[in-house]
Amino acid sequence: MTAPFEIEVVGSVEGLPKSAIGPRSLLWWGTFGFMLIEGTAFLLAAAAYLYLRGQAGGWPPPGDAPPDHLWGAVFTGVAVLSLIPNLWTARMAKQKRALEARWGVLAMTLIAVGLMVVRGFEFAHLNLRWDQDAYGSVTWLMIVLHTTHVVTDLGDTAVLGAWLFSHECGDDQFSDINDNAVYWNFVVLAWLPIYLLVYWGPRWL
Amino acid sequence: MTGAADIHAASDAERCARLAKTWGDAPGLWGFLTTTDHKKIAARYILVAMALLVLDGLLAVDMRLQLAFPAVKRLGPQGFNESFSLHGSSMLFLVSVPVMEAMAIWLVPLMLGQRNMAFPRLNAFSFWMYLGGVLMLWIPHIANVTPDLGWFEYAPLSGPNYAPGHRADVWAQMITFTEVAALAVSVNTFATIMRLRPPGMTLARLPIFLWSMLISALMTIFALPAVMLVTSMLITDRLVGTHFFDPAVGGDVLLFQHLFWFFGHPEVYLIFIPALGFVASIVETFSRRVGFGYVPVVLSLVSIGVLAFGLWVHHMFAVGLPKLGNSFYTAASMAIAVPTGLQIFCWIATIFGGKPVFRTPLLWVIGFIATFVIGGLSGLMTASAPLDLQLTDTYFVVAHLHYVLVGGAMFPLFGAFTFWYPKATGRVMSEAWGKVAFWLILGGFNLGFFPMHILGLMGMPRRIYTYSDAMGWGPLNIVVSIGSVIAAGGAAVFVANALFSYWRGAKAGPDPWGGATLEWATQSPPPAYNFDHIPVVDSLTPLWTQTGPRPVLEGLSLDHRELLLTSPVEAEPDYRQHSPTPSIWPLLAALATSAMFVGSIFSPWALVWGALPVGATITAWFWPKQPRRHLGDKP
Repeated sequence: MTAPFEIEVVGSVEGLPKSAIGPRSLLWWGTFGFMLIEGTAFLLAAAAYLYLRGQAGGWPPPGDAPPDHLWGAVFTGVAVLSLIPNLWTARMAKQKRALEARWGVLAMTLIAVGLMVVRGFEFAHLNLRWDQDAYGSVTWLMIVLHTTHVVTDLGDTAVLGAWLFSHECGDDQFSDINDNAVYWNFVVLAWLPIYLLVYWGPRWL
Repeated sequence: MTGAADIHAASDAERCARLAKTWGDAPGLWGFLTTTDHKKIAARYILVAMALLVLDGLLAVDMRLQLAFPAVKRLGPQGFNESFSLHGSSMLFLVSVPVMEAMAIWLVPLMLGQRNMAFPRLNAFSFWMYLGGVLMLWIPHIANVTPDLGWFEYAPLSGPNYAPGHRADVWAQMITFTEVAALAVSVNTFATIMRLRPPGMTLARLPIFLWSMLISALMTIFALPAVMLVTSMLITDRLVGTHFFDPAVGGDVLLFQHLFWFFGHPEVYLIFIPALGFVASIVETFSRRVGFGYVPVVLSLVSIGVLAFGLWVHHMFAVGLPKLGNSFYTAASMAIAVPTGLQIFCWIATIFGGKPVFRTPLLWVIGFIATFVIGGLSGLMTASAPLDLQLTDTYFVVAHLHYVLVGGAMFPLFGAFTFWYPKATGRVMSEAWGKVAFWLILGGFNLGFFPMHILGLMGMPRRIYTYSDAMGWGPLNIVVSIGSVIAAGGAAVFVANALFSYWRGAKAGPDPWGGATLEWATQSPPPAYNFDHIPVVDSLTPLWTQTGPRPVLEGLSLDHRELLLTSPVEAEPDYRQHSPTPSIWPLLAALATSAMFVGSIFSPWALVWGALPVGATITAWFWPKQPRRHLGDKP
């Protein structure tokens, strides 16, 4: 089969590169699309939190205690500080420095593991159960929703790290490292309003 | 690796043979299970959705038999509840949204002159998840575990206190399946349209069809998380004792409605906006002129997409919200009539200003305009909060929603099916039988649904399984049921025509209608690789303006799957992207995800343990094929 119409070849794309990094890369757009979906879910969950707050007589409702501050603050501090090695790793990927990028991904894996441990303590110090009342349910919803993102990124980063230590790093992998770092930025930035709502909401609202 | 000289030197026949080998699937069952060809995936979506359309239509006819006469006891209240719940849930979640997305999967790459979508394996995963959603609803139905609370299953009726058993769980998890599928397609469509446009197809030269699919994909991205959130909250209320919708301990039942309709109203538009894209393509082609008012039509699509998110409360006028809120949402609901009306005027202007050829696809568009305008006008009536209070939960609403959904989305879909059928199959559907089907469906539909407006005004509530003779609703109900049977007969003619034409229809050739956009610049049906070369575009209607030899680019590999990426706005060539090969992992990932979803109806631990195989299959799916690194290697 050949083209059903007469054609004229007016150029060639043969000289174009075979990969790109950052917003030029196709996978970045996919990651961006999923961040839009997840960001919307965070916003709607926050709206549900505020809605239930608006219907309640007090916040926390009488008899409930707000979450303890310590572990939430530790998580937030470590998460924000983790942006430094994360951005550094992304920069190494953009400069195609495989050695540094590889160790950067390993460091980010370990940081995410550490944060999961902290998150465990957070759950233990929420001072309420999900099935206690609607306040408990929506507080757990916010944190569980965010935790699924930390777990997803941890899995993704760990697999990427394992792969990088066992394979040669090509241009596509530098792009993957960058996109993975972009996703972690999102996970951290999404946490900040959730932190404010969950930890300061019951004290301020 | 193919060298430069090799690409240039290949003869046309050799080039096509090599491309066919590169982009083809493995033979037999393995090829069936692993394919990432967007045309095959879309065809599966469309065939499953059409089969469900038939089943849902039969459910509708069954309900109309029940209501044709007063005091019929054949179905009984439970049977009737199950029938309309299954009909509505299946039509909204398993037919209307998926079939529109399937049209995007099939047509977007063809209209872009591309060989596949941005993320082919995500497409395959999406279909298997959709199929999981279909089975999630219909297999329990066979086992008599059918949802029975309508298509929106409000809490607290669907909560743990009022809905024992698993009927509500089946409904909620079916939604999880289909929403995962729909979100996957939306991200894919969004990335494909933004980055895989052919050189020259700037955003200002994007066909209206592609604008409609882009806006619909973005709306899906922003709307569907709401329904996933609310059904997840419902499931946790039922499974682990959360209290989102339990007022006794601080929950709120209206939260369910707010979240559901924050999704539910945009959902109507993300069904309707792709239909507007079909209409634009059909009107332009059969009027033989560039569509009137490109910029206003695009801007009105965008404004419909935005306004659609500000209307959801008009589904809740009867629940007792503050009056100021009701007034605001009344105004917003009426405002959306402006961009919609503007588009209709643009199409009428296109038809009047062109040389219209009234083939079957254009007839469907005219049927759409007439029917949808009636639906839009009854929408304006229900948008008014005081009037809505009288009309809500009556047959007037049943009439309205079918006029907008069937008239506004299904009629353009039937037109689109007829219009692009030759491209998909290589044969044209019978024009005569197409017209018979059109008139039967249009006539039957209006005979069936228009009297429902009057029944609603007479006070007949929706969702009742029977009524007394003394109510005086009998005569109109007979008319409604006769109309339904006529429409069903028309649907049978339509299906028979499609089946018969597949084997016996006239040969179509590449461009049977004289179309203007790129999908008509390849064979019918298109080969696995869609296009021999990369087309170059210089106008909104490239096939009409390029009168001489068509300009193309070459240089993509013939022996490896490669796509040309272009810049997001100006569509300037950027880089060559490797496109993934067929793979079994999307199917296995979908199976693992399905097991997790089904398990989570019974135990929350299914989410924990079920996540492990999901993670494993997705890892295998994305595992890059690079050489192993050895100890001592330099970085």
